[in-house]
Amino acid sequence: MIRLLPWLYLAAAFAFIYLPVGALVLFSFQAGNLPVPPFNGPSTRWYADVLADDDLTGALANSLLVALGSSAVAVSLGFGAAYGLARHVLPGSALLRGLLIAPLTVSYLIVGLGLLIVLTRAGLGLSLWTAAIGHVVINLPLAFAILYASMGAQQVNAERAARDLGADEARVVLLVTVPMLMPAIAAAFFLSVTLSWDEFIIAFLLTRFDVTLPVEIWSMLRSGLSPRLNAIGSLVFLVSVTAVVILETLVFRKRRP
Amino acid sequence: MTASVTLSGLNHRFGPFHALKDIDLRIEAGEYVTLLGPSGCGKTTLLSILGGFLDPTEGAVLIGGRDMTHVPPAKRPTTTMFQDYALFPHMTLRDNVAFGLRMAGVARRVRHARAEALLGMVGLADAAGKRPHELSGGQRQRVALARALAVEPDVLLLDEPLGALDLKLRRAMQDELKAIQRQVGTTFIHVTHDQEEAMAIADRIVVMNAGRIEDEGAPVRIYREPATLFTADFMGEMNHVPATLTDAGVETPLGLLPVDGLGRGRAMVCLRPEAIGLAAGGVALGRARVRDAAFFGTHWRAHLVPVAAPELVLVAHLPPGAAPAAGQELDLGAEPHAFRVYRLEE
Amino acid sequence: MTARAERMRGWGFVAPALIWTLAFFVVPFLVMGAMSLATLEGRTLVWGVSLANYAELTEKAYLWRAILVSLEITLTVTVVSVLLAYPLASIIAFRVPPRWQRLALLLAILPFWTSYVVRSYAWLLVLAREGVVNQALLGLGLLSEPVTLANTRFATVTGFVHFFVMLLTLTIYANLIQLSPNYRRAATDLGASAFQTFCHVTLPLALPGIVTGAFLTFVLCIGDYVTPQILGGNTELTVPQVIMVQLGRRADFPLASALAIVLMGIVTLAYLASARWLRLDRL
Repeated sequence: MIRLLPWLYLAAAFAFIYLPVGALVLFSFQAGNLPVPPFNGPSTRWYADVLADDDLTGALANSLLVALGSSAVAVSLGFGAAYGLARHVLPGSALLRGLLIAPLTVSYLIVGLGLLIVLTRAGLGLSLWTAAIGHVVINLPLAFAILYASMGAQQVNAERAARDLGADEARVVLLVTVPMLMPAIAAAFFLSVTLSWDEFIIAFLLTRFDVTLPVEIWSMLRSGLSPRLNAIGSLVFLVSVTAVVILETLVFRKRRP
Repeated sequence: MTASVTLSGLNHRFGPFHALKDIDLRIEAGEYVTLLGPSGCGKTTLLSILGGFLDPTEGAVLIGGRDMTHVPPAKRPTTTMFQDYALFPHMTLRDNVAFGLRMAGVARRVRHARAEALLGMVGLADAAGKRPHELSGGQRQRVALARALAVEPDVLLLDEPLGALDLKLRRAMQDELKAIQRQVGTTFIHVTHDQEEAMAIADRIVVMNAGRIEDEGAPVRIYREPATLFTADFMGEMNHVPATLTDAGVETPLGLLPVDGLGRGRAMVCLRPEAIGLAAGGVALGRARVRDAAFFGTHWRAHLVPVAAPELVLVAHLPPGAAPAAGQELDLGAEPHAFRVYRLEE
Repeated sequence: MTARAERMRGWGFVAPALIWTLAFFVVPFLVMGAMSLATLEGRTLVWGVSLANYAELTEKAYLWRAILVSLEITLTVTVVSVLLAYPLASIIAFRVPPRWQRLALLLAILPFWTSYVVRSYAWLLVLAREGVVNQALLGLGLLSEPVTLANTRFATVTGFVHFFVMLLTLTIYANLIQLSPNYRRAATDLGASAFQTFCHVTLPLALPGIVTGAFLTFVLCIGDYVTPQILGGNTELTVPQVIMVQLGRRADFPLASALAIVLMGIVTLAYLASARWLRLDRL
């Protein structure tokens, strides 16, 4: 009995962890109008309904656009900063690193609130652009931290060798540093995409007419429980899980020889 | 393809640490020179200055007669073969070797042909499409050599290139490095802490210690007639016998040695283990008792306690037929020219 | 290349990220700080140095109540999540065979990646009057009529605990797996019982992972608006909810800023309290 206890705990923990996701996915196939027991499916009518909804598909496209765009910017800026701080001697570099990491320690609500105040004061309209700016602010520290940590001694020597063989700094970066850091760059990019794709509060505060998917889902929530929400929620989950599985198989598996 | 190197008045400081002190050295074109010394002696710092990775605090570096002191690595006629090889892991061997030519704007077909020829020279003609992680340590070392030679440097700088290899492979690579150097004629400057490697490979050895050059010369001269006590000890095992210099000669616990004195004062007499023989001819060292002995194939290595000076222990390499037994007493002798005498600072 | 030119080149690489962080994080943050000292007269904003907003926090019951509610919920969530996550991480690290560990961990934290709006909605689904939990309990005869689970503090805490158990499992597992099994073997070998080994060897060594995860839990939990808004009742509000009310209904940016500054102050105190064991760089 005592020997079984850990496995019972493991089973119970997994049940708890998967209870909401299971209910979400199961009742997305509900045939009736309420996503609660008894289950009377399966039916794909709510998926058809969701995919025919222009507001939702529009929001989904917006979300993808914001996630990919803001992640590309965050990773580029993060790479530049990581390379500059790891490879050049700059005064106050500890302070610079601290400053670049700082947004990680502040809650998204406060980052969004600060940006909202400044943007409205500056008279700039709210749009997908402003949401993307906010997403770069929260993802830049992560991208920087991941890339800075991976700028190790192995690359330093390869970069020295490239310089010795006549490469200028631009070619050292493009031909040696970037290819060698590709796993870390991909990891930073996918993590950033996943976080931006799911992000709600900054997108909520900083968009107005065109909104991202989490904001659109939020507005649907006001009408209460609906299998439509289950369907769209399941789709969002599927996208996130796909990104995580790609990250796991492509990036982390390679690191273990 | 090859050039001489002149270092004059070179000094380097890392903050308060004086890493190189008044280095003056001339290396002829086509020479194979090793910089030899214990870790921290400044040999790697010197190599970094030669390669252009460090700016010396004082002094000048001339390569082929031109001042290169402040020229960056890419613009110097030197290439460096790094200790960990620093091969680019994401490129094939062909692309690794062709990298320098690519940087110089050489067309793809030309540089690939050249890379493959060089891979052929180091015995890796079939592996051009492989990546570094598929190779053994010795093979990586050859690729690093081919890559460094592909740009036809005047001077090749090798930073402990054989340090990561096991002993047997190291011996084989030493022969190969030397053969390739003869073939291409490039000046090789090779840093190592292994005196056997230095002797096996170099035309000339430069011994360094605490930021200074202690001694320089051909391996035979450095081993047999080391200029300083440090060099004498670093190049191989030595017996030390404390001595006093007098007008009569060198007084030691083993007797008065008929060796040319160097004035008066305290001194250290050094004698290699293989120089000690069993009596007959040369300088008599008196009787000694065998403390223990071990058989090494080419010789017996014996610890001997001189009867006249029981506080000393001498190490001797005795002939394979000698079969010394513990407790046995032997008559010792040595050739007159085998003694090295160093005055000690008062 | 001179040291000066080399330094300029370095700045060139760092500058874009630095300018972005300054323009869109530091400046907004400073403006928010200034805003918290401004006042609202009617609908017009008056800049100045006034502590009126902070005074209001102590005077108005619904404001300091919100701070208390936030603290209560956050502390409950942090403690419960640690207590639930440690055994899970420990079972995965020490009981599950090594070749399955990576998969077990991946599965244990997969729902972590659901959008948090969707995750909170999913809990609403489970805890609703007609939801899975009530139906199951009624079906088993454990209940005679459904109980109210959704729109309560219990629902908020459950939603939070679900999320943070996954996060903590990750940080604690990462810490446990680094420990050599020989520490525990040595303790057992020297006569320690399983319980003594846990108290004197494993737990102290696992503390950095626990504290790091607990700190992250605290920071993310106290600043979250979505979970309490969807799952909590209308009877009590947390600080983020009150901030959003100020922004939405009354456009009272000064008061919202003051609340945000207070939130940051609380997080800073939590950081100082746990700084000794924090290993944020190891994440």
